[in-house]
Amino acid sequence: MIDLVNVTKTYETGTHALNGIDMHIDDGEFVFLVGASGSGKSTIIKLLTAELKPTSGSILVNGYKLESIKRSSVPYMRRTLGVIFQDFRLIENKTVYENVAFAMRVIGASAKEIKKRVPYVLELVGLENKGRRLPNELSGGEQQRVAIARALINNPTMIIADEPTGNLDPARSFEIMLLLEQINALGTTVMVVTHEKGLVDRFTKRVVAIDEGRVISDGMDGYYNYEA
Amino acid sequence: MKHNNFGYLLGEGVRAMFKHGFMSFAAICITVACLVIINSFALISYNLDLTVGEVQKELRIVVCIDENYTEAESKSVGSDINLLPNVANAEFVSRQQALEDFIGDSDASLFEGLEADAMRDQFVVTLVDNAQVAETKEALENINGVSDVYADIEVGNALATIRTVLYIASLAIAAVLLIVSLIIISNTIRLAMLDRREEIAIMKMVGATNSFIRFPFFVEGFFLGLFGAVFSFFIEWGLYEVLRKAVLNTGLKVITIIPFTDMLVPMALVCCVAGFVIGIFGSVMSIRRFLKV
Ligand SMILES: Nc1ncnc2c1ncn2[C@@H]1O[C@H](COP(=O)(O)OP(=O)(O)O)[C@@H](O)[C@H]1O
Ligand SMILES: [Mg+2]
Repeated sequence: MIDLVNVTKTYETGTHALNGIDMHIDDGEFVFLVGASGSGKSTIIKLLTAELKPTSGSILVNGYKLESIKRSSVPYMRRTLGVIFQDFRLIENKTVYENVAFAMRVIGASAKEIKKRVPYVLELVGLENKGRRLPNELSGGEQQRVAIARALINNPTMIIADEPTGNLDPARSFEIMLLLEQINALGTTVMVVTHEKGLVDRFTKRVVAIDEGRVISDGMDGYYNYEA
Repeated sequence: MKHNNFGYLLGEGVRAMFKHGFMSFAAICITVACLVIINSFALISYNLDLTVGEVQKELRIVVCIDENYTEAESKSVGSDINLLPNVANAEFVSRQQALEDFIGDSDASLFEGLEADAMRDQFVVTLVDNAQVAETKEALENINGVSDVYADIEVGNALATIRTVLYIASLAIAAVLLIVSLIIISNTIRLAMLDRREEIAIMKMVGATNSFIRFPFFVEGFFLGLFGAVFSFFIEWGLYEVLRKAVLNTGLKVITIIPFTDMLVPMALVCCVAGFVIGIFGSVMSIRRFLKV
């Protein structure tokens, strides 16, 4: 569950990236966060992952109050989130299997748990036969699936994706969205940041639109009036 | 952190060390150089210390008695000498004995005609505290019946001065070298971290704790320091034995130089502690700068 109340963020450079954001996302929801480039979408995600602290306002993420979270609690908060980026962020010299297992190992999972869970998640994202490949031997869509598997591996309550289809062609983009929808159907909350209007319009989901650091519309209409 | 990850973290640290083979090699070399130099100074100081001690232990003050005193009168001065608190022992040497000592093993004919009267009765005094030799000498001179006091202060003092200078010099050099070693190890670790920047970012993103992220770098620093310590220990051993043979070959018995094996445990301890400190602090220095969030 995510709750932002009157959140503002001003960077050291003086840029007012967020100017009073109110947003609530319940467990199990699927939400598109849309807005022009520079409207503050990535800033919201960095606040949700505690990479940045808000200038003012309060942020609640899965029970953690981020405006006052202790540094030592941040890792545990992050384990409740699975984050996906446009550029995949895979480790190039590790295989698909190792990339996914790595995320489990570094939070202290045992070899036994890893052996059991990684194949299951690879199958979920449709990569059951590609475990031994290196990232650069895969297509962009497949690499993003690896990133999704990695985001899912520690069983987070929420998946946050920042422009996950930005580097993919429309067909692959649609497939990734379908996969995220499928993951949502299994019970994980999903928040997808994108500015691809066409893609958003193919789904009937809640769309939160922001502009200049403010929420300008929030509805279930499944589309938004934003021109790229 | 869970027990089942310890092996993994250890492995990561060791692997990183081999991955940056050249940098690790450089870090170990500089640590070895640093430790060898520090230890050499320590060993030289220590041996010099022993030498100074030996020389001072042999410090004897010769107290000559008024030449007009009879042997019995001379002997009685001994009780006054023994009254001085810093006098450990005062041994009476008669004129006759003094002459015999003077002639010693030499050919007696050389000294023909030399009478015992030419010598004076004397006391050979050893001190409780050699550092107070000057004060004691003065006190002895003030005793009735004492005509002259001879004390060889200078040799002991000169050695003591050399030792002090060496102490200060070695401390200064050790401090500088320690800092150099720390910086090099720290930079090695920093390179390892920069190299794995993306991995670290991913670890943070998926919720690895800071201690988990840091641990392999500690391991790397620790092993760099440890290898430095072990190599320097054996190199020091070799160098020292070469030096020792050279000193012994000069035949100068004045110089005390004890075998390395007598100092095996303290030297091993010094190397290990120093290596450990350099390694751990070196890695802490860079980890601190790098892993803020
Ligand atoms: N690290 C930063 N320092 C200063 N300004 C930043 C930083 N990151 C983003 N900004 C500014 O904040 C605003 C919002 O950026 P961002 O959240 O990245 O937008 P979006 O993801 O919607 O494109 C932009 O004006 C951007 O230039
Ligand atoms: Mg962005």
